[in-house]
Amino acid sequence: MGVRKARNGWLFTLLFSALSLAWVFPIVLVVVNSFKKKVYISRKPFEFPFGKMFVELENYVRGMEKIQFFDAFKNSLFITVCSVAVIILCTSMCAWYISRINSAFSTGFYYLCLFSMIVPFQMVMFTLSKLANILHLYSPIGIILVYLGFGAGLSVFMFCGFVRSIPLEIEEAAMIDGCTPLQTYFHVVFPILKPTCITVAILQAMWIWNDYLLPYLVLDIKRWKTIPIAIQYLKGGYGAVDMGAMMAMLVLAIIPIIIFYMVCQKYIIEGVVAGAVKG
Amino acid sequence: MQNSVKKYFPIFALPTVAAFAIGFFVPFIMGIYLSFCKFTTVTDAKFVGIDNYLKIFSDKTFGHSLWYTAAFTVVSVVLINVLAFAVAMLLTKGIRGTNVFRTVFFMPNLIGGIVLGYIWQLLLNGILANYQKTLTYNAAYGFWGLVILMCWQQIGYMMIIYISGIQNIPGELIEAAKIDGATPVQILRNVTIPMVMPSITICTFLTLTNSFKLFDQNLALTNGEPSNMSELLALNIYYTFYGRAGYEGVGQAKAVVFFILVALIAVVQTRLTRSREVQQ
Repeated sequence: MGVRKARNGWLFTLLFSALSLAWVFPIVLVVVNSFKKKVYISRKPFEFPFGKMFVELENYVRGMEKIQFFDAFKNSLFITVCSVAVIILCTSMCAWYISRINSAFSTGFYYLCLFSMIVPFQMVMFTLSKLANILHLYSPIGIILVYLGFGAGLSVFMFCGFVRSIPLEIEEAAMIDGCTPLQTYFHVVFPILKPTCITVAILQAMWIWNDYLLPYLVLDIKRWKTIPIAIQYLKGGYGAVDMGAMMAMLVLAIIPIIIFYMVCQKYIIEGVVAGAVKG
Repeated sequence: MQNSVKKYFPIFALPTVAAFAIGFFVPFIMGIYLSFCKFTTVTDAKFVGIDNYLKIFSDKTFGHSLWYTAAFTVVSVVLINVLAFAVAMLLTKGIRGTNVFRTVFFMPNLIGGIVLGYIWQLLLNGILANYQKTLTYNAAYGFWGLVILMCWQQIGYMMIIYISGIQNIPGELIEAAKIDGATPVQILRNVTIPMVMPSITICTFLTLTNSFKLFDQNLALTNGEPSNMSELLALNIYYTFYGRAGYEGVGQAKAVVFFILVALIAVVQTRLTRSREVQQ
C-alpha cells in the first residue's frame, strides 16, 4: 500500500488525535491530582488545583517520606538491570549449548523451558517463596537468581530459535583456527545474537520492573521494597488511603518509564514485534 | 565440535539449569505434591490424598471467581482484539501522525499493573461519584472497570503486532483482489484476515492468558471487593493461601486446577487458530 494517502485522511487524523488525548487523559489526571490537597482528590478529581486546593509539592514530600521512594527506585533499578543482564548472558549461553549438543538432556531441557512458559505464577508461588527463603535468596542479589530461573523459559526458547538459524560453519571455522568454545561463543556467536538480546532484554525488563507478586513474596520487604511493592504498601491494609501521597508516588513511578520509553521507543516496539513473531 | 563443547557444560549451561531448577522445576514438583497434603509450611506436610481437591468444590468463592474470570476473559479478549485490529487497519492507511498515535496507544503497556490499577481507580471512582457510587458498589462495576483498564493497557500492544502483520501482506495481493472487483469487505474477509492469521493466533494467545492470569490490576483496582465478588481466579488463589489459615493445601490444589485450565486454554486456542493459518 505504501505511501498512498488515504482519502479523508485529515478526518482520521482528527479522530485519532482526539482518541490519543483520551488515551493520555488518565495519566494527566493523576499528575493534576498530585498537586491537590488530599481531601479534595476523591471529592473533586476533575477540577484543577487552584486556590486553596493547590498544595505545591507537599504530597510528593509526604509520599517520599512514607515509603522511601528513592530506596524503592534504587532497588527496582538494581534488580531489573542486574536480572536482565544475568538472564541475557546465562540463557543465551545455555541456549547455544543445548542447541549445539544433541543429547536427551538438551531436548528435555528445551521442552521443559517451553512448558514453563504456560505455567501461571500462582502454581509455584508458595513453594518458590518458601524455597527462596530456605536458600536465603530474599535479598536484591538473591532474587536475581530467582528471576533467572523463572524467566529462563522464554529466553532460552527465543535464543534457541535464533541460534538454529546461525550456520554451523562459522563456529567450526573459529574452532579449527584454535578458538576455545568460550572464545568462539564470545567472539563469534554472541555478536550475532545481539538483535535477539535486545528483544529478550526488553520483554524481561518490562516484566521485572513492573512485577509485584514475585518480589513481594520472595524479598524481605521490611528491608527492601521495589516500586510496585512501595505503592501497594502506601495503600496499607486498613483505614483511609492518603490519596495525595498516592497520586504523587504514582507520578514518580510513571515518569522514569515514560522517559525511558521516549528514548528507546524504536527498540521497544521492534522488540515487542520480534518477540511476538517468535513466541 | 560436540565433544570439545560438551566439557564446558558447567560454564555454559549449569547456571541457567540450576536457577531453572530452583526458580521453576523444584517448586513446580513440590507444588503438585503439596496439593495432596495438609501443611502450613513446606516442612510439615502430611499426605491427605484428594481431600484438598474435594474442598475446592465446597468453596463457593472459587466457583464464583471461575465464572467471573471466564466472563472477564471472553469479554476482554474479544474487545481488545477487535479494537486493536480496527485501529491497526486504520493506522496502516498512511494517515498523518500515525507514528505519534502508535506511540501514545502503546505507552500504557510499560506501566505496571499496580500503578495502572490505582490510576483507573481514581478516574472511575471520580466518574461514579456523580452517581453516589464507587467501583466496589457491586461486582459488575469492578468487572467493567477491569475490562476498561485491560483495553486501555493491551490495545496498544496488540495493535503493534497487528500492524506488523498487515504490513507484511504483499501489496500485489490486495491490488489483484481490487482488479478482480472485490469490495473492501470482501478484501478484508478473504485476503486481509487470512493473511494476518499468525498475528491473530499470537494476539488471542497473549490476551487470553493475560486476562485469565490477571492479578496486579485486580488487586489494585478493587481488591476483590465487595466481599470477594470481584475476585479473579489468581486473586482468589492468593487469598486462599495467605488470607485463610489452614487452607494452604486447598490453595495449592486450586493452583493446580488453575494451571491445568491455563494449559488447556493455551493448547486448544493455538490448535484452533493455527489450523486456520494459510501458507505464505
